Amino acid sequence: MSSAEHAPAGPDKRPIRLFRNLWSKIAAIPMILVSVGIFVGGTIWTIVYSFTDSGLLPRLNWVGLEQYERLWSTRRWLVSIENLAVFGIASLILTFALGFLLAALLDRKIRFEDTFRTILLYPFALSFIVTGLVWQWILNPEFGVQSIVRGLGFESFTFDPLYDSSKVMIGLLIAGLWQGTGLIMVILLAGLRGIDEDIWKASRVDGIPAWKTYVVIIIPMLKPVFITALVLVTSGIVKLYDLVVAMTSGGPGISSEVPAKFVYDTLFTRQNLGQGFAASTMMLVTVAIILIPWALLQFRGKKND
Amino acid sequence: MTKNSVEIRNLDLSFGAVKVLQNLDLDIHDGEFLVLLGSSGCGKSTLLNCIAGLLEVTGGQIFIKGHNVTWKEPNERGIGMVFQSYALYPQMTVRGNLSFGLKNARMPKPEIEERVKRASEILQIEPLLDRKPGALSGGQRQRVAIGRALVRDVDVFLFDEPLSNLDAKLRADLRVELKRLHEQLDNTMIYVTHDQVEAMTLADRIAIMKDGKIMQLDSPAEIYNRPRNLYVAGFIGSPAMNFIEGNIAGNTFTSGDLSVPVGDYDYMSGGAHDGAAILGVRPEHVLTDDMLPSADMTAKVKADLVEPMGADTLVWTSLEGHPFRFRMDGQAHVKSGDEITIGFNLTRISLFDPKTEDRL
Repeated sequence: MSSAEHAPAGPDKRPIRLFRNLWSKIAAIPMILVSVGIFVGGTIWTIVYSFTDSGLLPRLNWVGLEQYERLWSTRRWLVSIENLAVFGIASLILTFALGFLLAALLDRKIRFEDTFRTILLYPFALSFIVTGLVWQWILNPEFGVQSIVRGLGFESFTFDPLYDSSKVMIGLLIAGLWQGTGLIMVILLAGLRGIDEDIWKASRVDGIPAWKTYVVIIIPMLKPVFITALVLVTSGIVKLYDLVVAMTSGGPGISSEVPAKFVYDTLFTRQNLGQGFAASTMMLVTVAIILIPWALLQFRGKKND
Repeated sequence: MTKNSVEIRNLDLSFGAVKVLQNLDLDIHDGEFLVLLGSSGCGKSTLLNCIAGLLEVTGGQIFIKGHNVTWKEPNERGIGMVFQSYALYPQMTVRGNLSFGLKNARMPKPEIEERVKRASEILQIEPLLDRKPGALSGGQRQRVAIGRALVRDVDVFLFDEPLSNLDAKLRADLRVELKRLHEQLDNTMIYVTHDQVEAMTLADRIAIMKDGKIMQLDSPAEIYNRPRNLYVAGFIGSPAMNFIEGNIAGNTFTSGDLSVPVGDYDYMSGGAHDGAAILGVRPEHVLTDDMLPSADMTAKVKADLVEPMGADTLVWTSLEGHPFRFRMDGQAHVKSGDEITIGFNLTRISLFDPKTEDRL
């Protein structure tokens, strides 16, 4: 008849929301401090100091947009931005196209699927530095692909993009694709696996050819998976640094410079903090320009639903 | 003679070394509602997928409306199919779902519209035409799935457990609608299910399958009253038929103290059969109380467990060592331990050969 023994009686009060899971919250404080403090705080600090004339050390000497004017008239910076745009768009399109093609091929219940998947995913386990170095060797005209093909008899075969300032980004693209496509393929394959098998059957009974089924029915169903993959690919593109350093060091000349490398070199090698801050702020602005309209679209749309 | 809508000859289907269907023969009449009934793994869905062309057969032939379709693609066979999970295209509206296949076949627009209109009228989904599948209830989705098969204007419809994903009430409602649809359209319908009630209520004929073989192909009434073998007898009917092992000698079935005159039993072939036999009688065919006088034989049993279910009372007992269940009126006053007299009629029993499991 009586319920279990309770703690000493008192009026039952609704627990205060803030104090719920108090210890978990306390334990999370260091992480919150680090993210908010260092990440957000650091970003704001950088933006603020990009409006100063800091040289070797940061100093609060206001110069307005001078750093930015100088930045946008620096050839090196302009080349970096151009390279990133070219690399980014090509990488995006090709990674998705190749990744999806491979995923669709692997989805056919083939016999050695696990083996193929492992082989295709393996490059992702390598760091960009190692990838860059390996491909630098492969693309080396003296003992890489060019010399092998020439050895087979094609005397006039030329394939040394890394030594041609107009083609160097292609070399970087090949290495980047080799490294990153595996992951996208695996993610898209997981998405494909989640598609109800009956959809395939229904489209076969309806007489829809396989390619059309993929394009019109399956890919729209994979929207969330594509968005995840998109975030991964674009973050990889913006971060592009170690691959360039390992493969070309920005060369020949400055033809394979990228913004991330420009920021690093400006801040630490050329010790021009103000310029470096301006450049990294510009990178943030670029990402924001892409993200903010998308975020508004997503969340505004959800509210209207 | 009724023409056959679908004919299956010597069908073999193996997955590697596993033989799922072996040498299967089946004729489905024009306009018939045929149900493939069986428990999981009996091969009914596999057979349906073979008829649809979604699985490649290992051997044998399939004919639909006289054409040999054994190697034809699903869309060339003149079939429409409805799946358990509906499989509607999620990004398209209902109208889009219904017309996608037709558009792909380059059908002229007015004809597509005409067919969509006709199908949606029959299935009463007109107000839903501009909605997406995500905004529909389960029953509505299933109707759209049926609509997608309807617009194909084909002779044979295939249903793969279409009602299994719905709740009980919806299932009962849609079952009735499917029967009405069949009466209205008069198409051949091949329906796979594991649910007895669906099979008994919808089918013109039922094919009960086990381990890739058809155990009995008959009308629901025949299957219920004259099951051909032990498996079919025990599968149909809930609670299941009671089985008592015994012996037939000189027109009498005996099991322990139980003695049943079987002289007038309707044997399948030949005449009386002597030797070991199994007697089967359904719980609902056991007579008690005021119906006893019409019984051909009686026996006394002691009730072990009584389950009052409102409409009936189910009594669990044992007869000659065999578990025995029988039904009494819902208002009967029975309790555990009571001695009850039961009886049954010769017309309601089944006799089986214990070795071959076939009906005698």
